[in-house]
Amino acid sequence: MKSIRNHLSLIIALLSILFSIQVFTIVDRSIESYKEKLANNYSVIVVSQRRLLPNEILGINKIILDSSELTPDAIIKKLNNEMDEKNIQLLKLTLPKFYKLNLKYYPNPDEIKKLTSDLLSNKNITKVEDYSHAHDTTYKLLLLFKSVVSVFAVSVFIVTTLLIFKELRIWQFKHTERMSIMGLFGAPVWMRSAVLFRLSTVDAVISSVLTFGIFIYFASSEFVLEQFKNIGIKVVIFDPINDFLLLLGVAVTLSVLLASMIVLGHKEEV
Amino acid sequence: MDKVIIAKDISLAYSSSETIINQANFTVNSGSFVFITGASGSGKSTLLKSLFGALKPKQGSLIVGGVELSGVSTSKLNFLRRHVGIVFQDYKLVKEWTIEKNIMLPLLINGYEKTVTQNQVDTLLKHVRLKHQAGKYPLELSGGEQQRVAMARALAHNPILILADEPTGNLDNYSSQLIWNLLEGANEQLKTTVIVVTHHIPRSMNVDYKHFHIEYGSINEVN
Repeated sequence: MKSIRNHLSLIIALLSILFSIQVFTIVDRSIESYKEKLANNYSVIVVSQRRLLPNEILGINKIILDSSELTPDAIIKKLNNEMDEKNIQLLKLTLPKFYKLNLKYYPNPDEIKKLTSDLLSNKNITKVEDYSHAHDTTYKLLLLFKSVVSVFAVSVFIVTTLLIFKELRIWQFKHTERMSIMGLFGAPVWMRSAVLFRLSTVDAVISSVLTFGIFIYFASSEFVLEQFKNIGIKVVIFDPINDFLLLLGVAVTLSVLLASMIVLGHKEEV
Repeated sequence: MDKVIIAKDISLAYSSSETIINQANFTVNSGSFVFITGASGSGKSTLLKSLFGALKPKQGSLIVGGVELSGVSTSKLNFLRRHVGIVFQDYKLVKEWTIEKNIMLPLLINGYEKTVTQNQVDTLLKHVRLKHQAGKYPLELSGGEQQRVAMARALAHNPILILADEPTGNLDNYSSQLIWNLLEGANEQLKTTVIVVTHHIPRSMNVDYKHFHIEYGSINEVN
């Protein structure tokens, strides 16, 4: 019973680390997905004194994906009744050219500032409307959320790592007698510590499998999927291969690293 | 004859305490049977500890099985210990392992094959008359039986040297006699060097032996 309790405390500690890592990954993916959505709906309007070639626009800043000219036909149509055709043609020639620029991704405020400055450095461009304020608030809120989750994940990581370390020390005390008897017969350090490494690796695998189960459940839960649908984004909640391998790697590395620290810190009886 | 132990001017002390063995000189020939006697607290067990590297000499040179134990590295010490069999007064058996696995320990450490290991363990269990107890755990056995297990473990890997610290202290006559027979057998048949720390040398010894007596920090050969 005591042994199960010892195992459980390490498994739970590892589980909380893996859980925080996966939650952080989901939040990160959500923000990336939302940024993609913002980029699709976002464009910059440029006013130029003369017609600009598409290549000329693309060369201004690498972030520009494509450009399309906005025709003034809709406005001119309203003037059709008041002006004759000759004047309308003249007006068309004298009107500035409007371009809608689509971007490769949703830029951060600094990138928007740089883009506006690059566009205005072209002598033909007289005005740039970036509409950034419309998306900025939501974007900044998401970044704030990501920062809070990061801080939370790091805190959980530190606290649980300390818990794991303490747990392994309890194991070491428990196994000290056996380890020193083995030492009396010349067992090398790795052989004396084999149990410690085996137990920590087994617990790392168990905690990874439990995390796998929990997130596979979340990934197929209607309720969770509905929440993402409401925000209008599609997110991979849990990739059964890549995410599992990452979590397993983190859990095994962490537990083996801590077990090694304990073994190396153990004074040899010489 | 080869010397299995060469001690030159060795002094032994636990840290921050007075010297227990003071500038002692002695040698032990390979294949000999040695008794170390002395009053309680004279330093018998301390000397024995130094012979398997649990206590480094404060000064002097102590060579056991060709390994200089003053400032010995962990790997060299492990190498030496893999060729030494030790019997402790308090047995030092792994409580969570069966008798069989306890005897297997030196064989596993030395990397013997599974079949060789099993055969050797079966043979030793017969010798110490504990074949029927193989699956039991140390705490399920009497003191005498536990010491017989410790004896079998010390012999398992055919060591060049057996160190025994009061192996028959507090044991009944039957277990004591069995242990002396095993030590004599190892010495006579396998030419294993045997060093026994004891208060009393048994009267019925069938082998020639050397006798060191420790008194006031010095080691003197008796005879």
